[in-house]
Amino acid sequence: MKLIVAIIQPQKLDEVKAALYAADVNLITVSEVLGHGRQKGVTEVYRGVKETGNLLRKVRLEIAVNDSFVEPTINAIVKGARTGELGDGKIFVLPLERVVRIRTGEEGSEAIG
Amino acid sequence: MNAGDTAFVLVCAALVLLMTPALAFFYGGMVRRKNVLSMLMQCMFIVCLVSVQWVAYGYSLSFGSGSGFIGGLQWAGLGGVDGAPYAFYSATIPHQAFMIFQAMFAIITPALIIGAFAERMKFSAFAIFMLLWSTFVYDPIAHWVWGEGGWLRNMGVLDFAGGTVVHINAGVAALVCALMLGKRRGYCGTAAPPHNLPFTVLGAGLLWFGWFGFNSGSALSASGLAATAFVVTNTAAAAAGLAWALMDWIFHEKPTLFGVATGAVAGLVAITPAAGYVTPLASIFIGAIVSVVCWLAITKLKSRLGYDDTLDAFGVHGIGGIWGALATGLFATRAVNDAGGDGLFRDNPAQLLTQGIAVGATIAYSAVATFVILKVIDAIVGLRVSEREEAIGLDLTQHREAGYTVLE
Repeated sequence: MKLIVAIIQPQKLDEVKAALYAADVNLITVSEVLGHGRQKGVTEVYRGVKETGNLLRKVRLEIAVNDSFVEPTINAIVKGARTGELGDGKIFVLPLERVVRIRTGEEGSEAIG
Repeated sequence: MNAGDTAFVLVCAALVLLMTPALAFFYGGMVRRKNVLSMLMQCMFIVCLVSVQWVAYGYSLSFGSGSGFIGGLQWAGLGGVDGAPYAFYSATIPHQAFMIFQAMFAIITPALIIGAFAERMKFSAFAIFMLLWSTFVYDPIAHWVWGEGGWLRNMGVLDFAGGTVVHINAGVAALVCALMLGKRRGYCGTAAPPHNLPFTVLGAGLLWFGWFGFNSGSALSASGLAATAFVVTNTAAAAAGLAWALMDWIFHEKPTLFGVATGAVAGLVAITPAAGYVTPLASIFIGAIVSVVCWLAITKLKSRLGYDDTLDAFGVHGIGGIWGALATGLFATRAVNDAGGDGLFRDNPAQLLTQGIAVGATIAYSAVATFVILKVIDAIVGLRVSEREEAIGLDLTQHREAGYTVLE
């Protein structure tokens, strides 16, 4: 089992979700984060004083998948999120030790099937 | 000069000024978070820009006597406009009180348009557009309907507080802007949800409050007419809010807050031209019908025709204003206002025709003039922000400010 963490552009979320559903990946968690890679942010100015945070809004997806779903999930995310411009994002694949479905107590592959 | 009238008109002018920041929040809550400041900024900027333009030459062009089409520059810089009354417009209030009351109308009218091109217009293009539009579209049409010697005024058009001058004018200009700027990236008829509906409702509430100044202030007197205008304003808004809630409830399962707020504003739009001429019972009808018509325009027509009038500036102000101006031709009665007129339901079909001419002329001129102005600006600076700027959002890219902090 793996945990796939993806950082994408916020305006790409709808397309990424559509691609994931099409790949039969239906269990996802979405959160809002700030960040930047090589895409430059925007410096804010308030009454002449600069704010140097430089961080841009991004969306973070967390998807727990069985090993057989890793490639389809990555492909779906790339398909939905890629624009070819700086700032498209990253995908991280982490090992996942244990999963529990709270409602039924199922564990492991069945919990994320 | 009358102290009561003067005090009333000045207070009403302040109420109408409040409507522009109110509009800012009404619209601001509807856009995505990354563009909230752009709505507020555009409104505040217009307050400043048009206030100065009005004093410099806008009032003179609108209300100075000249031709039937446009006023003269005799009052540029407000020369000759002072504390004494100018009897043609009102014998009981200072001329400057009348002028500053009208200034607030000149301010809010262009501000209505911003809903159509929200989230994608370049600020430089917007600023130039507002200056040119106020000068070449608002000022002439205000002159036609309200100015001394205006051709529609002389024809007997009944437009108490600005159904044509403000709402149809801005609404049609909004449609032209929406078509010429094109759709937002990623718009395919699906909604980006309003990021802050509480703001929208706050804005709607303050608009309703300010509208009492808009409509009953147009009586230019602390009088029975001001009172009747106040009453029909409130009644139409209320009927319209109810009607919209019902439409949502019947056709979309649940009544919505966004719907009640939108409906109330539509009702206020529709009663604007009629406020000094119709009975409270008529105002219930006017308010209820405008919600039905605007509801259909926004939920069915817009998606069917595929234009991105982002915040429904045309759907509410354009369509609502057209209904209101024509409804005035139906329901007007001298029993409410002897200096007004009678409508179709008082056996005077001629008024409806006059209203129709005013509606048609406003639509035609606003559409063509707005189109020309946009073409000129597009050639000079371009209308839209780049794709990347649109994705990041106008607040950061056009103003280098963020509406909300996430991490501090």
